[in-house]
Amino acid sequence: MSENHKSHPYIPNSAPAVVEKMLAQIGASSIEELYQTIPQDLRIDREMDMPPALESEYQLTRHMNSLLKKNKSGQDCLCFAGAGCAMHYVPAICDEINQRSEFLTAYAGEPYEDLGRFQALFEYASMLGELVECEAVNIPTYDWNQAAATSIRMAHRITKRDQILISELIDPDRLSTIENYCRSALEIVPVKHDSQTGLIDLADLKAKLSPRSAGFYFETPSFVGTLETQVAKIADLVRQAGGISIAGVDPISLGVVNPPAVMGVDITCGDLQPLGIHMNSGGGQAGFIATADDPIFVQEYPSRLFGISKTVRAGEWGFGDILFDDRTSFGARENGKEFVGTASALWGITAGVYLALMGPTGMSQLGETIIANANYAKSQIAKLPGVSVRNPQGAIFKEFVVDFAGAPVTSTQAIDALFEQDIIAGVDLTGKLTGYENCMLICVTEIHTSQEIDQLTAALSSILK
Amino acid sequence: MTKKSHQQIARELKTETFHQAKWNEPIIFELSDPTQQAVVANAPDEKVRSAGAPADFIPAEIRRKTPPALPQLGQMQVLKHFLRLSQENLGADFNIDIGQGTCTMKYSPKINESFVRSHKIADSHPLAPVKALQGTLEIYHKTDLLLREISGLDRFTFQPRSGTQGILAMASIIRKYHEANQPGNQRDQIITTMFSHPSDAAAAHVLGYEIITLQQDPVTGLPSFEDLQKAVGPRTAGLLITNPEDTGIFNPHIKKFTDLLHSVGALAGYDQANANGLLGITRAKEAGFDMCFFNLHKTFSVPHGCGGPACGAVGVVEKLIPHLPCPLVEFDGKSYWLNSDMPLSVGKIGSFLGVIPAVVRTYAWMRALGAAGLKKVAQIAVLNNNYLLSKITKITGASAPYAAGAHRIEQVRYSWQELHEQTGVSTHDITNRMCDHGMHMWSSHHPFIVPEPMTIEPTEAYAQAELDEYVRALESVAREAYTDPETVKTAPHRSCISQIDHSSFDDPQKWAMTWRAYKRKYPEEFTQNQSAE
Repeated sequence: MSENHKSHPYIPNSAPAVVEKMLAQIGASSIEELYQTIPQDLRIDREMDMPPALESEYQLTRHMNSLLKKNKSGQDCLCFAGAGCAMHYVPAICDEINQRSEFLTAYAGEPYEDLGRFQALFEYASMLGELVECEAVNIPTYDWNQAAATSIRMAHRITKRDQILISELIDPDRLSTIENYCRSALEIVPVKHDSQTGLIDLADLKAKLSPRSAGFYFETPSFVGTLETQVAKIADLVRQAGGISIAGVDPISLGVVNPPAVMGVDITCGDLQPLGIHMNSGGGQAGFIATADDPIFVQEYPSRLFGISKTVRAGEWGFGDILFDDRTSFGARENGKEFVGTASALWGITAGVYLALMGPTGMSQLGETIIANANYAKSQIAKLPGVSVRNPQGAIFKEFVVDFAGAPVTSTQAIDALFEQDIIAGVDLTGKLTGYENCMLICVTEIHTSQEIDQLTAALSSILK
Repeated sequence: MTKKSHQQIARELKTETFHQAKWNEPIIFELSDPTQQAVVANAPDEKVRSAGAPADFIPAEIRRKTPPALPQLGQMQVLKHFLRLSQENLGADFNIDIGQGTCTMKYSPKINESFVRSHKIADSHPLAPVKALQGTLEIYHKTDLLLREISGLDRFTFQPRSGTQGILAMASIIRKYHEANQPGNQRDQIITTMFSHPSDAAAAHVLGYEIITLQQDPVTGLPSFEDLQKAVGPRTAGLLITNPEDTGIFNPHIKKFTDLLHSVGALAGYDQANANGLLGITRAKEAGFDMCFFNLHKTFSVPHGCGGPACGAVGVVEKLIPHLPCPLVEFDGKSYWLNSDMPLSVGKIGSFLGVIPAVVRTYAWMRALGAAGLKKVAQIAVLNNNYLLSKITKITGASAPYAAGAHRIEQVRYSWQELHEQTGVSTHDITNRMCDHGMHMWSSHHPFIVPEPMTIEPTEAYAQAELDEYVRALESVAREAYTDPETVKTAPHRSCISQIDHSSFDDPQKWAMTWRAYKRKYPEEFTQNQSAE
């Protein structure tokens, strides 16, 4: 920073003349005097070693652009990567709203000066509630990983049991988060699936359910893309064993797929990213949890829950926190349920805007487009010699797995080769998911045309020769 | 220009007549009209359609029977509804947002928004081949290097998606470290303090730790070394502590604290949520900490987004690097790659690499300031805070408990106890009345150790005139508490809404956190409209 008599643009009171005036008010002779409580042996006695400041906004912009241009985005390439984050169309109004200073730069005000935040998040919860058919929905947590881990902890607290059954076809990264988060309270027991259909092995589930089971966590679509068709049976089996059934879902599938709650599932969770939020390099995730409005469940949520109310003046809606004092860690520190704090509220607001834009017709149409595009891609790629589609008899929503076991290239090599043609073909499952070495997970959404899918198929075909 | 030639609006009157936007906006479901749609979803093209009817791909057992009962509005009507709600929200860009202490509400430079809105970040997939992510990974690595210099620690991860998740990551690292170095250890306690954030206690507790909370000395406001000595023992796994704590008082004995933890084989974790007054002044390393976390959405200018997305950047000393969440971003001198070969890692704390846009904004902010600028941030934040301290403690009814006469670092937890005793007006009432001035004032976390608390953190971002304006509003409300307490107790009067009826929020029969629950519990309010629906 150059030494002159002006302030730094971000630090208005840094001009020497202002500093002097303010010190006089304090009655101190220097800024150093204000730090006298910090012992000298804890001080840094030199300037920090950093590259020089980029003083003008233009310099900064040039520098940042020189770094950013090294990325290849979904606009630069055809992008078929999924695995929990996918490229969907983001309607303009979603960005218009979440870029507003009023929402972007607000934090934790009262429902009086921040009424908009409370109402927008209440409306988000209400619209997500319609999508998943649940009356209780949280203010979103960090991501699906956290939503699943918390749902499992909720099942543990409700049942007071010490084991959780988990489908072996969930996202392995999510399983890692769950293990770290839950292992002090719960033993994790994997449940098998059928390799032809991707469906949960009900016999294995039945055999493993016991009086120790707090519940069963599964995903539909599964990590490898297959839709679970036995949801009602699963929910029944778990209930008969006295456990809690938990389903992780892709919310954008629910315009066409029946919500798990309708089929008897107790807790529904998932990620909001598909609902009007850019991929944001993985920064667009937000975890939702939804249940019946039953105090047995509601009192176990760690998140904020915004309730609707009235005010002293007729015609006004008001909002506030449900069960704040004893339930949340804000109210009760370690005696609250898990913890609460900053999470992903802006994406909750955005998902609400998205659902309001799409409406019932839009969500149904969107679900049909995605499922049709993905099945078209699956059928085209299944025809290629040398590769095979895994779980071939399973129904899929937007993702499917291609196995390179009989191919002249590995899945890793295929991804690299296609990237050279500006195609991000999918996510490599090698080293990620047991039993899926040398496999690629391909994700197709409403943004892809048949022409682009054909381009992917042709590019794959050319490297399989 | 002669300054007195035109008539300025008198600043002291400026906030007295403020009124926030009041749109009386209905709940969006009340605006629904089944003839309307806001966007048209993309339909499959001809070639895809000819390959099969979409409905055939959905197994009958799980086909949705009725479309979700979402509201139906025209496009401009959706826009207008949410724009109106946004106007009823007082973002930091509008506010003199110094009343949300502990949260470091500073300027989030607009230019940094342009970087994260670029498709190079916004439309980048986190699991794309690393060749596609070289820009992101370079920014990640260079931000790590800058934070190493600020903290003195050896490696950072940006995977945690908030400060609390950063605390969870630190507690997880503590657990993993002891498991790796002392299998079968009996270390089941984490020590924290009453003026550290509630998440230090809560997140560690999730991992199964018993929490020991040190109380503050009634004179100094600090946890005492003697209390720490009594708490520390063979069961101690670690310490999670802020310094300065939420009182803004720096604990000069912190090195003695961390030394004591180390003497029993435990680790010391530094909650640096309150770092804004310390950049370039003092570091985690010299204070003997093994790890720390910074809130990139507080000290490092990332906008708060109504409560996230965010980032709790966790840094550790060399010996703890193997326990960081995986993957680590590595640089081989030519290109960047992701290292997932970490058998001793705590695993995934959150998904992917965390909130990358927060890292990009942080990097840009630090580069715009440089070493001297970052130190200036800290110095002016402390100057502003002590300036306010000198003014607020002169307001009748206000005080700053503990450490009488000493300067504070970046914030102060004040008390309205005297005002409350003399007028019956509570800190809660003052919060509501400050809304009428277009300002926010926050009390503190629970429990209220400081009676009738108010926590103010001015940061470096507000001009002296703005600080004066905030103080004038506080003075005005305090004066009113003595002359017209009823007006304060019935506030707000010039906000979006009047006082809220809280009676339903703890009652399962009455609460409603979704519109469908509300409709079920209050059918009498919907009978008139039934025929229309």
